[in-house]
Amino acid sequence: MITRTANLDISFSDEQAMILDSAKDFCRDKSDITTVRSLLKSETGYKNDVWAEMIALGWTGLALPEQYGGSGMGVGATIPLVESMGRYLLCTPFITSTIAAQAILRGGTNQQKSRWLPSIVEGAVASMALLDNEDWGATQIRCTLTPKDGGFVLEGKKLQVNDAAVADLFLVLASSNGLPTLVVVEAKALPEGAISNKTLVDETKRAANVNFSGVTIKADAILANAAEALQDLRLIGALLAASEATGTSAAALDTLVDYLTTRKQFGRLIGSYQALKHPTVDILLQMDSARTLIYHAATLISDASLNKDTEIACRMAKAQATDALLFAGDRAVQFHGGMGFTYDCNAMLYIRRAQWAQHQYGDAQHHRKLLAPLLLD
Amino acid sequence: MTENSQLAGQQSINGAELSDFLKGIIDWIKHNTPADPGFLLPQTFMEVGSEQVLDFLREWQYKVWSAGYLGMAWPKQYGGGGMPRLFQQIADEEMKRARVPICFNVIGLGWAGPLIIDTGTDFEKETYIKGILNAEDIWCQGFSEPNHGSDLGSIQTRAERDGDEYVINGSKIWTTLGNYAKYMILLARTDAQAERRYNGLSFFLAPMGANGISTSPIQKLTGEYGFTETFFTDARIPASCIMGEEGHGWRIAMHTLQYERGAEAGAAGGVSILSIVMDDLLKMAQDVERDGQPLLQDPITRDNLVKFLIEEQALYLGERRVKIPALCRDYPNSLALSGKLRGTEFFRRMRQYALTLQGAPGALYVGDDQAVDGGFWQRAYLNNFSTTIGGGTSQVQANIIGEHVLGLPKD
Repeated sequence: MITRTANLDISFSDEQAMILDSAKDFCRDKSDITTVRSLLKSETGYKNDVWAEMIALGWTGLALPEQYGGSGMGVGATIPLVESMGRYLLCTPFITSTIAAQAILRGGTNQQKSRWLPSIVEGAVASMALLDNEDWGATQIRCTLTPKDGGFVLEGKKLQVNDAAVADLFLVLASSNGLPTLVVVEAKALPEGAISNKTLVDETKRAANVNFSGVTIKADAILANAAEALQDLRLIGALLAASEATGTSAAALDTLVDYLTTRKQFGRLIGSYQALKHPTVDILLQMDSARTLIYHAATLISDASLNKDTEIACRMAKAQATDALLFAGDRAVQFHGGMGFTYDCNAMLYIRRAQWAQHQYGDAQHHRKLLAPLLLD
Repeated sequence: MTENSQLAGQQSINGAELSDFLKGIIDWIKHNTPADPGFLLPQTFMEVGSEQVLDFLREWQYKVWSAGYLGMAWPKQYGGGGMPRLFQQIADEEMKRARVPICFNVIGLGWAGPLIIDTGTDFEKETYIKGILNAEDIWCQGFSEPNHGSDLGSIQTRAERDGDEYVINGSKIWTTLGNYAKYMILLARTDAQAERRYNGLSFFLAPMGANGISTSPIQKLTGEYGFTETFFTDARIPASCIMGEEGHGWRIAMHTLQYERGAEAGAAGGVSILSIVMDDLLKMAQDVERDGQPLLQDPITRDNLVKFLIEEQALYLGERRVKIPALCRDYPNSLALSGKLRGTEFFRRMRQYALTLQGAPGALYVGDDQAVDGGFWQRAYLNNFSTTIGGGTSQVQANIIGEHVLGLPKD
């Protein structure tokens, strides 16, 4: 007989509560909807001064140990920040860099950590170059790392590398003798034309395909424990993506509620119609479930290698958050009626974010597929 | 109304005492859990539909009480155990885990009893408490009325003072155990002129044997019985049956709701509901086969089960998150107000899915020798509607959340 013992730990310290409050205030102040829209066609998708301020506030070091210049609070502490960024569609390389830093922290030698982590705390942008397949579920790695002239050479192109155009470092997933490896490549080592920007459905985000073919690598740029770090950073990526998506679900909900309480049709505020009211309540419930699962995962996560309960928590959070935002964005457009079909309606931002966000570190079905053996066998 | 200090369980308890107690209850459950009676036992007290089931449950509750595992924290002189509440909580936890039958006199054990102990007179305690515990006196509840659902402000049943008596006229519906009950906690209107409709209500401990009270059983969706409609036609009850003062009925009724948290809040304890959780569904998916393979290996089934497990996990975690104020500041009261809607709707869909998974035998019903688990899931699914409809339908719940949490306009 199956007996599951579900882990039901959830806690939130006063310190985290303070971070959440100040992060929310910061993101609201820096990223009103006019600012968000003004950045849609910009090159990098963010304002340098806002990013500089986040670095100055110590956010880029929050998750990293003190010995590398961080404040040692662990990656769980970034969840309230990331949620707030999602809430106000505030885009910077923060999420991208936070995930990549965790790869170095978990997969690097002490020497490798000392070499790269302090610069990330100071604002260097690091980005994961993982995808070279159609999907997160694909196990095959096309990019290869092979020995050459006493060093190594990369061969292959990586897809949708986040914030690639502003990245200082790339962590490239490559296959070496059939085994996965993570390699640190500095942006300046890339040949001219290696980065080709993509047109994303979410215009607030930036990503590019990056061709690493011919880039030569020294042995000390290969992370020592890639296999373990990979599993963990994929889960951390999923959790951060879930947090950002959940903040955006709340934003979609707020925008929708605003419309439902001001727009009149047939002589009544449209929010009084149950056909609109009940699905809107559903958005709230779905978003809140995602939030519950995210803070549960944030409670479990630590600098140590992630255990089974934490894996379950991260995957559940991403599956729930993805579905919640897809629903919220979809209904936000529909319930705005004719307005919802226009580019001027802010629901546009949320429905597009939903399509992009679901594919960050695996969609809901991908995570449920991987949850099945953890929960059922 | 103040918390009664003799119930608060302030005595200090040492660890050895607790572990001895735990050993004792586990052992007692092992030796005293009744054998399968050959008929389906109720999952809730709303499903007692025959004398056979009633006798069985009465005997069981008596047994639990005489062993000292019911009303453990209630005062000794009235039939309780006079112990700290913690012991009852432990006993309840163990009985729930072992899936022993329910202690069915729920309105007495969880509503009327704690109310009487907290606020009743010595006479009331003498008269009612022991019979609640040993299941001699079954209690029912008369709040809901036909056509008013759970809107208590609209109660029409009248109670008019006439000398030493109140004369009751009107009717109540969804009276669980109505045809077996000796007493009813009754909410009736004593002042039709009250400015606010909640102010005109009074709360009574009414004897169901009074002349002029009659019940008519309601056949449920499941085909079984368990509720009655209850009629009052110039029914006369002693004026002393009133709890508190005239006009305070609504407040007292609301006060009784706090005991829903179980022994921790002052209720007598005992298992009041046999919960059906995802583990039960997983076990069924393991047992049911398709082409010689457990259904649990089918990819589509697995995906559906994982969806339910995510929902269940969020539900249980939500019950914990609601106690962390910093995680509830956004959309205040969202979690607190949505608990019933989430929980009851989840279980409705989950129980229905069990019937789908059963394959062709899913079409069978209680009484058929090939029904899976004797039709347990069929009955559980249909009975679940008592929770998505009773106490405010899911649709009313959604209105409440939409209006109070999101600020959407009323319709």
